[in-house]
Amino acid sequence: MAMLVELPKAPTGIFGLDEVTGGGLPRGRPTLVCGPAGCGKTLLAMEFLVRGITEFGEPGVFVAFEESADELTANVASLGFDLAQFEANGQLLIDHVNVPSREMDEVGDWDLDGLFLRLGAAIDAIGAKRVVIDTIETLFGAFTDTAVLRAELRRLFLWLKERGVTAVITGERGDGTLTRHGIEEYVSDCVIVLDHRVTEQTSTRRLRILKYRGSLHGTNEYPFLIGSTGVSVVPVTSRALPHSVSVERVSTGVARLDAMLADGGFFKGSAVLVSGTPGTGKSTLAAQLCAETCGNGDRALYFAFEESEEEIIRNMSSVGIDLNRWVAAGLLQIHCSRPSLLGLEAHLFTMQRVVGEFDPAVVVMDPVSDLLRTGTAADVAAMLTRQIDFLKARGVTSMLTSLHTDGITAQADVQVASLVDTWLLVRTMEGNGEHNRVLYVLKARGMANSNQIREFLITGQGIELADVYVGEQGVLTGSARQAQEAKERSSGMARQEDLEQRGVELERRRESVEAEVAALWRDFQAEADIVGRLVSTGSVGVEDRAGQRAAQGRLRQADPDDPDSSARSANLPVRA
Amino acid sequence: MEAGSDGAAALPKDEQIWSLRLYIAGQSPRSLNALANLTELCQQHLGGRHDIETIDLVRDPSRARDDDILAIPTLIRSLPLPERKIIGDLSDTKRTLAALRLQPTGTE
Repeated sequence: MAMLVELPKAPTGIFGLDEVTGGGLPRGRPTLVCGPAGCGKTLLAMEFLVRGITEFGEPGVFVAFEESADELTANVASLGFDLAQFEANGQLLIDHVNVPSREMDEVGDWDLDGLFLRLGAAIDAIGAKRVVIDTIETLFGAFTDTAVLRAELRRLFLWLKERGVTAVITGERGDGTLTRHGIEEYVSDCVIVLDHRVTEQTSTRRLRILKYRGSLHGTNEYPFLIGSTGVSVVPVTSRALPHSVSVERVSTGVARLDAMLADGGFFKGSAVLVSGTPGTGKSTLAAQLCAETCGNGDRALYFAFEESEEEIIRNMSSVGIDLNRWVAAGLLQIHCSRPSLLGLEAHLFTMQRVVGEFDPAVVVMDPVSDLLRTGTAADVAAMLTRQIDFLKARGVTSMLTSLHTDGITAQADVQVASLVDTWLLVRTMEGNGEHNRVLYVLKARGMANSNQIREFLITGQGIELADVYVGEQGVLTGSARQAQEAKERSSGMARQEDLEQRGVELERRRESVEAEVAALWRDFQAEADIVGRLVSTGSVGVEDRAGQRAAQGRLRQADPDDPDSSARSANLPVRA
Repeated sequence: MEAGSDGAAALPKDEQIWSLRLYIAGQSPRSLNALANLTELCQQHLGGRHDIETIDLVRDPSRARDDDILAIPTLIRSLPLPERKIIGDLSDTKRTLAALRLQPTGTE
């Protein structure tokens, strides 16, 4: 059985692209990158070269059929790529091929040896390992004999393979074909398709690996962005779950909420969803978390999609949460942007970049439901999945708030709910002529959370959670709760008084019992004395009577030894 | 008429010298054909009023970049102006002359 050897690959160094290609582009082979005008082909190709130089020590040749070296240099300067410097270092060679438009006559046989020699010389000059040809199809505008041109292009790609350079060939999308002139026919090792779509006024770039001969690759469409540091492909669905989990806890900043979450708060690096109807204090909860985090000396990052930084700071100071202090201390950053300002991917990328720079312990996104305006629910969920994965991988605790108008579920919620570890629900309960906020823990993975509903109070000192009472009309909140509390307090007092009263009575009773016992003892003692006395006097009497009887008998001269007569006679004188 | 002898005599007159550059790649058949075809054509139709520079890109590949050459063979008529570019081995004399804007029978 033959061993399967994975194709050697050349990492692109482009954020995310190596992940979806399983390690990079096929090494020593040409890759076709095609898409419509303005989709970022040239930039992607250029970054492939630049990363090759800066990260992998592989010099590169850029054959530009469309833009001049100066134009290219200027175009990528904004990404921080100093092409002139690379050229000066002998790491990069830009060859601008000025393609004449229809001013050439063709007489007899020709080939593209000039291009081959030119390219060969460029490769040799700097020892290039990477080559970009952008966009070779321009040649179709210069040569009339396309049959020859096609044959020559086929030969060119074979030649590139022979030279062993990792090449990126760009091509513009044609009508119903990948490239305008069908060059995908010749470059068959790897084909990457870029796309640029506008949905609901928001443009999204996407990348797809159409084909990768001899290699596994992601088959999805991946959003890709052109940010200030280059191209980023955001591989989402391909991401495994490598993040390590923590048992450390992050306090919510609300003591009783911590208590509800199995005495400790959120797990570090977990994702928390706070969803609720408008005005239920979701942002306040988020701000409290930020303040708590900063209070512990950690950094917090707050992405606001609705309010400006000033508004948030003002609003939170009114409930006793001083965010300004933490902003000033450099522990808190508030980033505000309208969801519609950027596409979803751009939001994602911006957030990831900021997170990368600021390295916070806690990230708040308030509210994520606003992002629904920029994409479909599925898109938003996919984006949030990536964001949550990204944050989890970094061990960042994230709190997402979600606004919904009615009921428990909202589009975004349902999509996100399975991703988050903890789901807090804040809602208002109406009744008794008022509406009051309640909070409960709908889900808390990995902890024995409280199942109780708490009343959620926003006070001048932040958030407090109060017990709620369950009465005949259900859960009691607000004034009904206060009334119930008062009632319980008063009945408690009554009970207390009753108990005290009983205590007093018992004491009294004890005293009386003791008194009675003492009296009884006294009676008993008295009786015992009497009896004792009687016993002793009784024996004296017997002797007396016996003496008297003897004396009487002597006096009467009766039988002195007859007890009966003496007894009879003894009684006689008493009666007599 | 014989362009060769007439051309040499016409040189000091208002007839301009044709400056031609032929880019070839070593000894490839196309390169050799092109050079042969061009030489013959010039002899026939320009007499001595021409100057052919042959550039072998195999020996001097940097010229390909400097002069923006892709196809081999490439013939450039740098004089008279405007510059004209012809690619191919020039096997079709009639079309080559047309491409060079050269009157086949001369104007004299």
